[in-house]
Amino acid sequence: MTNIDRGQRLIPRPQLERPEIVQTGVLRQSLSITRRNLIHIKRMPEMLMDVTIQPVMFVLLFAFVFGSSISIETEAGYKAWLLGGIMAQTVAFSSFIVAVGLTADLEKGIVDRMRSLPINPASVLIGRSISSLMHSSIGLVVMSLTGLLIGWRINTNVAEAALGYLLLVGWGFAMIWIGILAGSAMRSVEAVNGVMFATMFPITFLANTFAPTDNMPPVLRTIAEWNPISSLTQAVRELWGNDYPLREGAALPLQHPVLATMIWIVVLTAVVAPLAIRTFNKRTAS
Amino acid sequence: MSRDAAIEAENLVKKFGDKAAVDDVSFSVPTGTVLGLLGPNGAGKTTTVRMMATLTKPTSGTGRVAGHDIITDPRQVRRNMGLTGQAATVDELLTGRENLRLIGSLYGLSSDYIKRATDDLLERFSLSDSGNKIAKTYSGGMRRRLDLAVSLIATPPVLFLDEPTTGLDPRSRLELWDVLRELVNDGTTLLLTTQYLEEADQLADNIVVIDRGKVIAEGTPLQLKDQSGAASLVLTVSHADDLPLAEKMLRAHVAEVHVDPGARQLTASAEGLQHMTRIAGLFADSEIELDDIGLKRPSLDDVFLHLTGHRAEDTTEPTDETRMTEEVPA
Repeated sequence: MTNIDRGQRLIPRPQLERPEIVQTGVLRQSLSITRRNLIHIKRMPEMLMDVTIQPVMFVLLFAFVFGSSISIETEAGYKAWLLGGIMAQTVAFSSFIVAVGLTADLEKGIVDRMRSLPINPASVLIGRSISSLMHSSIGLVVMSLTGLLIGWRINTNVAEAALGYLLLVGWGFAMIWIGILAGSAMRSVEAVNGVMFATMFPITFLANTFAPTDNMPPVLRTIAEWNPISSLTQAVRELWGNDYPLREGAALPLQHPVLATMIWIVVLTAVVAPLAIRTFNKRTAS
Repeated sequence: MSRDAAIEAENLVKKFGDKAAVDDVSFSVPTGTVLGLLGPNGAGKTTTVRMMATLTKPTSGTGRVAGHDIITDPRQVRRNMGLTGQAATVDELLTGRENLRLIGSLYGLSSDYIKRATDDLLERFSLSDSGNKIAKTYSGGMRRRLDLAVSLIATPPVLFLDEPTTGLDPRSRLELWDVLRELVNDGTTLLLTTQYLEEADQLADNIVVIDRGKVIAEGTPLQLKDQSGAASLVLTVSHADDLPLAEKMLRAHVAEVHVDPGARQLTASAEGLQHMTRIAGLFADSEIELDDIGLKRPSLDDVFLHLTGHRAEDTTEPTDETRMTEEVPA
């Protein structure tokens, strides 16, 4: 095939002047994407509602509506006890944030645009994870402040307090993979919202988050006590000194909640992460 | 050797399940030229571009972009190409400037360079005034221009455009065509897909027509249009009573005349512009009042009808009938 058919094409073309392209690492690429995700939050602050208004509302509703009829035998009572539960729930919901953000980017072709660039494809997911962890961390700060206002205090030392927060962030990390899995598997933001609501709400409520498991019917109690969210909640309460003595014969994870939570984080990540990456790759390559 | 191929596809095949979306497609685009990939919806245009742009792995076959193999060296391919997809993939919550900066930094360009290139691109794409507004507020045409600007931040020698003007109003379409012509003049090699014969005609040096994943024709726009028949002259008379007389007048000059009484329309094959003006003059001098007179060029549909025997939008197998009768044992 020649292209002499059109005379003007015979004039030699100038050479394109190209800028220097520097090979960047996956960290710099991920941070560029993180930055972009954070600009999104800046432009649409209502994106933060899930880690601000919603949990604060939960704290106030539970503390004052249910709080009067649930008695917890600690010095600070139900309100202080409740806070660990709400924090665990909010961190578990961070899977939502990842899933919704990722699905939106997939739907709008943003992920394809990134994949057409000379970058490590993993940076799309890493960038999303970093911004989600920051997003969740804002929630932890907001809830801690709310807690302080209604009488919650950390009654232990700095190291244990920090370990509590660390476990929450670690949990958020494991949840990111669930979010990536859900976000890659589902076709629309609406579907993600529907499925995540239908699963995350029962999972975070069927636990020791808002009400003690002690008086639940035996079957329900067993499920609730083995629920990983209960381990996390119990761990945080113990580390912050907001707990009360466990009932006789409580499930094993509740007796060693810090260890159990760490195991859960590792196991969840090890199982879900490869699955999530595979689903993401499959979705984007088709 | 500036005449080397900047884009080459070699027997590309992509199967989804048993179905081949792209079935043995090959083409070659010399550096600094434009190839139009023409075909109806679902012909395999987008899948072909996605394979060339390393977004989708071919089932078999390969390709080269700026000399780099799409299978074995995808990263080098990505460094040397820009891609503008069917929907404008700009980030709606980012400003035009931020969009350019994000992609520039992901390419690994220095921030000094990004700043200069951003100003330059916004200026070139008439977006200077909107650079600091978020892309959500942009019109469709502005979004497309921003999308294109983003694809150009690293001055890639090869640019893939998947239906760049779909959904644009005529004015924005013309503006975008001008921009694309400028790029080609600067030395960029373009591969663009389109459903519009006119667009391919306006921009492309060569056209590859694909249908159901297969290349069914290729050539210059001129060659393809010649293949699919000449343009025709369409006249609409004001009064249906004039139709017989008008037909008679036309027949004196044109071999083939088709009359549509319902629409008061006469269609005649036109052989060149001079021919057409002569006929128009003929009617101006006559008593016959005309509502409209125009030249109808062969559309993609006509090209398709000619090349495949079925219309572009057809999804059924039009050859089934003949095939069935052929297969009936005698």
